[in-house]
Amino acid sequence: MANTKNIKQKANSTPDRKLDFNGDWSYAPSLEGTEHIKIEKRYGLFIDGKFSAPKSGKYFATINPATEAKLSEVADASAADVDLAVKAASRAYEKSWSKLRAAERGKYLYRIARMIQERAREFAVIETMDGGKPIRESRDIDVPLAANHFFYYAGWADKLEYAFPGKKPAPIGVAGQIIPWNFPLLMAAWKIAPALATGNTVVLKPAETTPLTALKLAELIRDCDLPPGVVNIVTGAGTTGAAIVQHPSIHKIAFTGSTDVGKLIQKSIAGSDKKLTLELGGKAANIIFEDAPLDQAVEGIVNGIFFNQGHVCCAGSRLFVQEAVIETVVAKLKDRMESLIVGNPLDKNTDIGAINSASQLKTIQQYIQIGKKEGAEFYQSSCTIPAKGFFCKPTLFLNVSQSHRIAQEEIFGPVLAIQSFRTIEEVIEKANNIPYGLSAGVWTDKGSKIFNLTSRLRAGVVWANTYNKFDPSSPFGGYKESGFGREGGLHGLYPYVKF
Amino acid sequence: MMMERIPVLKTYKLYIGGQFPRTESGRFYAVKTSAGKLLANACLASRKDFRNAVVAARTAFGSWCSRSPFNRSQILYRLAEMMESRKSQLTEELKSAGYTTAKAEKETDDAIDLVVHYSGWCDKYHQFMGTVNPVSSSHFNFSSPEAMGVMAVVAPEEAPLVGLLGSFIPAIAGGNTAVVLASEGKPLVSMTLAEIIHASDFPAGVINILTGQLSELHGWMASHMDVNALICFRNDATLTKKMAELASANVKRTFFHPASKAQEQTPYRLAETQEIKTTWHPIENIGGAKAGY
Repeated sequence: MANTKNIKQKANSTPDRKLDFNGDWSYAPSLEGTEHIKIEKRYGLFIDGKFSAPKSGKYFATINPATEAKLSEVADASAADVDLAVKAASRAYEKSWSKLRAAERGKYLYRIARMIQERAREFAVIETMDGGKPIRESRDIDVPLAANHFFYYAGWADKLEYAFPGKKPAPIGVAGQIIPWNFPLLMAAWKIAPALATGNTVVLKPAETTPLTALKLAELIRDCDLPPGVVNIVTGAGTTGAAIVQHPSIHKIAFTGSTDVGKLIQKSIAGSDKKLTLELGGKAANIIFEDAPLDQAVEGIVNGIFFNQGHVCCAGSRLFVQEAVIETVVAKLKDRMESLIVGNPLDKNTDIGAINSASQLKTIQQYIQIGKKEGAEFYQSSCTIPAKGFFCKPTLFLNVSQSHRIAQEEIFGPVLAIQSFRTIEEVIEKANNIPYGLSAGVWTDKGSKIFNLTSRLRAGVVWANTYNKFDPSSPFGGYKESGFGREGGLHGLYPYVKF
Repeated sequence: MMMERIPVLKTYKLYIGGQFPRTESGRFYAVKTSAGKLLANACLASRKDFRNAVVAARTAFGSWCSRSPFNRSQILYRLAEMMESRKSQLTEELKSAGYTTAKAEKETDDAIDLVVHYSGWCDKYHQFMGTVNPVSSSHFNFSSPEAMGVMAVVAPEEAPLVGLLGSFIPAIAGGNTAVVLASEGKPLVSMTLAEIIHASDFPAGVINILTGQLSELHGWMASHMDVNALICFRNDATLTKKMAELASANVKRTFFHPASKAQEQTPYRLAETQEIKTTWHPIENIGGAKAGY
């Protein structure tokens, strides 16, 4: 039965009718259970196939950003701990991993993929508890993609000579890998899978706010009977990362994180023989032409900027809308934003979970203040947010100009900067006029226009009439100050081999 | 009384934006034979010359990288033709730099053959480097190489012709534009080559060649914010470390190769000058789209 109270007619003459989500529409909570989850009170470092207490003797807490409750404490690895991990990785490389037949290496990776699938629910719940992302995303995106990544690269292990025509690829040795907090398990998979498939061993450091799924992965890798030392996982913050970067026995560094830190790493290994790949920040243009399917485009805008609370390096954080349709698009976008549920990440109804940390929330709030001060028009949806935990309402800025900081700098939160444009030339110029070049989006119904845009946008990943899609077979990585090297697909093998 | 004819000496300049300006700094350095006889005064390029050349290379980049690969291939091949027809001039230039006739001819032949080799790659590396990716969702997804942009190139000190050409031709074949610092000790042949490039079909600014000192220019080449990549074939550990540090200012891609690698004929040299772009588009999945046929 139609509830007419919840359908209100707009005052103007347009026939649009919209649902009133501020009425008596409420969703019954649908909480994912946490009873089956086992989190230790304290985690050591995973070195040489077993967990051990750090030489530093220090631990730090990891919390649930949605409740601010402590989940566990993890070791703070010192340079001496990192050295032990690198030694274990070097031994494993010399003694076991490089001696293993490539096909057998692959079989270990298949095992890891399968066991992640078996334990998918546990990983999804812990990912959501430790990082704040909605359970729907960790369950449907992060964890399956992580398993698939291992499965995909498992198959490459004994086929490498077909990937590099005319060359004989050889592993590099010990890879040092440093990953961010926005996709903790998935980034671990992106780093570990291609490194192992190509015959390297690994020392990986998860981000300090989200170490738990990497440590669970360590348990899983141990359970897979991988030779000790092939994968070592050390927890800690910047100094732990620096110890990895500077360790003389590491010959390959893979880093995903901010552009500022990426530049420091590039500088600090100058003159060494370390190979480097960097996957850094972004400020992607998402471009809507007047002939685009607007309802689909609005879904793409929402997915582009509000997916994972906007903690996505390839987030579509700059929206360009062609002048003729900007009013319609913004009206539809505001309506759609009203339907987004911000709240408990463990609730299956939740669209936008918790901001990953107090410090990231502060950064986002500072950028919102900057946007207001610069004169852009501020808009937030009318949703309520929980009193405890770190949350941010989905936010828009209208009438943004190219020089505004909110249009130039990566915010890494649910904040969208909207600009209008008239011509194709203009929008290409604006989209490319930024130091970043990770990703871009284009929405139009005209095929030739899509290819014009996709070939002229200076970005490593371009989504046309879609956004924020990922796949293990699809290379990912940036142009310009968004970094270099690719992860995923055949191209993702290059960073881990030498000829 | 016999009047001896006085030969006309050439003034060696720089090659920037399709023109041959003197260095804006007005400076020179003497290029001598091993016996110490003055061959010519070469331009001692300055920071400003380098920056002007980057502007020229950036301006030329858009149209060069969007030319059809087949057209680029023909332009490179045309360069080889022009070099072949001016082979004796190139050989003489190398001989005056101290080469034996046999060695000079060999290097000139190698240089021409290297250009022919990379000419052929212009419309083929896409198929060597590109992929269609079998993603699980209903999307068409492909990855293809795209030119990186403006390259700052330090040619090797030895092999002033084939080493010079090999240092930048792979990048040019891949749709990039370049600012190249020629051999410091044997710079003169680089300007003769520039004249040949100028007389071929290369648009102005695609290839820019400077003569000067790496010890002076390395910092500007590595730190320039509008240069996308740095390719260096000189193996001074102190300088290359400093260049690698400065390159991080704009996440410049850096390639430090041994000098001998400049002469290699391989698509992997071209590949390092490419970005990989991955494009996604949904595939409609209604009606008969999934049916066998």
